[in-house]
Amino acid sequence: MQRHLISAADLTRDDAVLILDTAEEMARVADRPIKKLPTLRGRTVVNLFFEDSTRTRISFEAAEKRLSADVINFSAKGSSVSKGESLKDTAQTLEAMGVDAVVIRHGASGAPYRLATSGWIDAVVINAGDGTHQHPTQALLDAFTMRRRLTGRDAGLGQDLSGRRVTIVGDVLHSRVARSNVDLLHTLGAEVTLVAPPTLLPVGVESWPCEVSYDLDATLPKSDAVMMLRVQRERMNAAFFPTEREYSRRYGLDGERMARMPEHAVVMHPGPMVRGMEITAEVADSPRCTVVEQVANGVSIRMAVLYLLLGGNEPAVTHTRTEEK
Amino acid sequence: MSKILIRGAKVLGGEPQDVLIDGETIAQVGAGLSAEGAEVVAADGKVLLPGLVDLHTHLREPGREDSETVLTGTRAAASGGYTAVFAMANTFPVADTAGVVEQVWRLGREHGYCDVRPIGAVTVGLEGRKLAELGAMHESAAGVTVFSDDGKCVDDAVIMRRALEYVKAFGGVVAQHAQEPRLTEGAQMNEGVVSAELGLGGWPAVAEESIIARDVLLAEHVGSRVHICHLSTAGSVEIVRWAKSRGIDVTAEVTPHHLLLTDEMVRTYNPVYKVNPPLRTERDVHALREALADGTIDIVATDHAPHPHEDKDCEWAAAAMGMVGLETALSVVQATMVDTGLLDWAGVADRMSLAPARIGRATGHGRPVSAGEPANLTLVDTAYRGRVDPAGFASRSRNTPYEGRELPGRVTHTWLRGKATLVDGKLT
Amino acid sequence: MDKIDKQDTPAAARASDARPVLEGPDIARVLTRIAHEIVERAKGADDVVLLGIPTRGVFLAQRLAAKLEQITERKIPVGSLDITMYRDDLRMHPPRALARTEIPGDGIDGRLVVLVDDVLFSGRTIRAALDALNDIGRPRAVQLAVLVDRGHRELPIRADYVGKNLPTSLRETVKVQLAEEDGRDTVLLGAKPDAAGESQH
Repeated sequence: MQRHLISAADLTRDDAVLILDTAEEMARVADRPIKKLPTLRGRTVVNLFFEDSTRTRISFEAAEKRLSADVINFSAKGSSVSKGESLKDTAQTLEAMGVDAVVIRHGASGAPYRLATSGWIDAVVINAGDGTHQHPTQALLDAFTMRRRLTGRDAGLGQDLSGRRVTIVGDVLHSRVARSNVDLLHTLGAEVTLVAPPTLLPVGVESWPCEVSYDLDATLPKSDAVMMLRVQRERMNAAFFPTEREYSRRYGLDGERMARMPEHAVVMHPGPMVRGMEITAEVADSPRCTVVEQVANGVSIRMAVLYLLLGGNEPAVTHTRTEEK
Repeated sequence: MSKILIRGAKVLGGEPQDVLIDGETIAQVGAGLSAEGAEVVAADGKVLLPGLVDLHTHLREPGREDSETVLTGTRAAASGGYTAVFAMANTFPVADTAGVVEQVWRLGREHGYCDVRPIGAVTVGLEGRKLAELGAMHESAAGVTVFSDDGKCVDDAVIMRRALEYVKAFGGVVAQHAQEPRLTEGAQMNEGVVSAELGLGGWPAVAEESIIARDVLLAEHVGSRVHICHLSTAGSVEIVRWAKSRGIDVTAEVTPHHLLLTDEMVRTYNPVYKVNPPLRTERDVHALREALADGTIDIVATDHAPHPHEDKDCEWAAAAMGMVGLETALSVVQATMVDTGLLDWAGVADRMSLAPARIGRATGHGRPVSAGEPANLTLVDTAYRGRVDPAGFASRSRNTPYEGRELPGRVTHTWLRGKATLVDGKLT
Repeated sequence: MDKIDKQDTPAAARASDARPVLEGPDIARVLTRIAHEIVERAKGADDVVLLGIPTRGVFLAQRLAAKLEQITERKIPVGSLDITMYRDDLRMHPPRALARTEIPGDGIDGRLVVLVDDVLFSGRTIRAALDALNDIGRPRAVQLAVLVDRGHRELPIRADYVGKNLPTSLRETVKVQLAEEDGRDTVLLGAKPDAAGESQH
């Protein structure tokens, strides 16, 4: 594995499977009376959040604490950052305090990459979501959730997602979750189809390793997992679609549509959901919807990533990538 | 001022000749000229060009002297072989009055490294709403002939039409920064495969092309001339080619960086590659080179845009747009146009000196290297190969995308009206 | 990852030079003896839980459980205890892949836990195992069964049940092979491949 986790595209198949397998063991810790491991004792991890994201921050914090790391939470709001301090100065200040890893959430695409490659700091950088670029731990927890549901907890160990058909629906243009998932699911052998109105697909999407469709109804029967992305109501004002009602009618998932999915297929959502927009309450609350599991799995995945990047004297060893780069 | 004999220089890349400078003018060009009473500069097969003219420089003074001043900017220009630069209007305050343009012009004269021809703003405060006093700026001591809101597009079609019409009265030209503002809201880089992957706001080619198409039609309609700044896409080339074939009086420039770099560089998220217009694709780069070779694009202009270190040492979205270019322009043109066989040195002289001087009406610049002409000259060691080291720049800023890159060619001497501003690569 | 370390080519080449100190029938006999000892010491083994330490300790625990079940005619709870995340040498290597920790359904509280491993060497693995147990529950007592005790303890730890005491030098390696993992049962004593090589036990 590479030293930092910046993009899901940086993971090889073996890296990704190792993370999923490790997360499976980490998940068992949650079933024990003492939900804690001594593994990162003496390591300091800072959660550097330039964007509000309580759920991601809490998930990382829970993972760090279960591994006994010392945790520092740094939220940009009300801090020196809002007074104009640069990312570089903030990061260097934190590193001066002896931080071993920086978990960073930033509104600017590429900020974690900059932090990891510009020579500003030595700490391990873990991307907790940057702009509309990447959110690799989200993609990992999604893959983990799919593998558990579709293959099984134990049967899934060592397995990728070869041949699974995953449909990602919604605002792909503004979604780091979609980008990370396309990269990771492709690496894991799944077949991905993006479904969105053409206005919410990026120019250049044709080069991505996936199919693109404008027709949700035609795609649903061929899906093992359907991932609904959040659609912010503000997009309507920027003319990405005419009305909320029209969006829901064409691209929202309701009970009737869900019935067209194969029986084993699951509905996923990275949260927070906009009920009534991309997903109806009936679907969100159905047993096929994995939203709550995804949250629990997020902690296991983040524990696995932290352990594999920080647990030893260097990142965990898996096969190196030979193609590309 | 005494005599200087440049011995054995390949004038415009031709056979070695001697060139005798007497005072401010070229006295003689020929073989075996007498060195009597003259200081001899052994050119040894270096290429002698007319002093370069940059139609698009940001000198930042007044207002942003932390990134560049007229002094440091003109020293950088002399280092790069330039004898005249057109200073863009987006200073603080904006060069939209006779007072500001005269100040910039006078500073250039005082320092004496390079003639500074201020460009006037088209609209007050570059705000695109109200025409600036174009006539007053033209009549000022600065004698402004080029007007531009560069950095911003004159996007209002009526204002653009009026400006094109108005400057006809005194032979001015409007240089348009072609960027449709609504299509580029939040834009961070060229829109395409790379932006999709990097999650950076896309800057579509059509945002540039639609404005160019509109403006060449406006220029045709009102019978004025229009200049297109830093043209960057293959589609823009097609539109300009079409306009020229119709006889529309349009000229266009390309920057050195758009001749060399592509949006693939942005994968590093290093803001040194962040520039307006953005780096485009390989296909665009090739179209731009061909267009510069066949004359569809008239000139190379640097869009030298100095920024202090902290404005680039940050995350991409927070970084300023622009690159310094005066001190590397000729090397990049040699690498992309000469060494590739697309252009000979006479062609380089045309695109980097004669044509820009003609478009900007810079009298005394962009003249042939022949007896009786002003001694504005540049001597280039074209055999030189070296890595770009920004620490050696005369510019106050270091935001070059070429750091560590090997580039050919090096300007060793620059003469401004017979006075050496650069000798053996060192500023005087 | 452990498997890779132990079977990489130089080690495998040396393994052919290694000398067997226990063969299949010996191992079976030794396990039978340990099973009897456990029944005797635990007075019927009513509350015994066997926890093997991955990888080979797990197979040994399963074999011991089978033997105990023969002797006592009762079901013996058996599981596994991965100690990777409790190791004291984590920072000296890249992180290792985790093995399964499987605690039998009724847990370990109030039980007699017998830890099972293949080789007892420095004692650090057992130290880590005791820490791991501590996070899982509170046994009545903890005992240790090993196939081979090769000496060189670095911590105050000893085994309650030992298959074979094998005095070794630090320049030697002890390699346990079990049918479940390696295709055959044997304990090999050989020369250490390289000073920097992964320690066996």
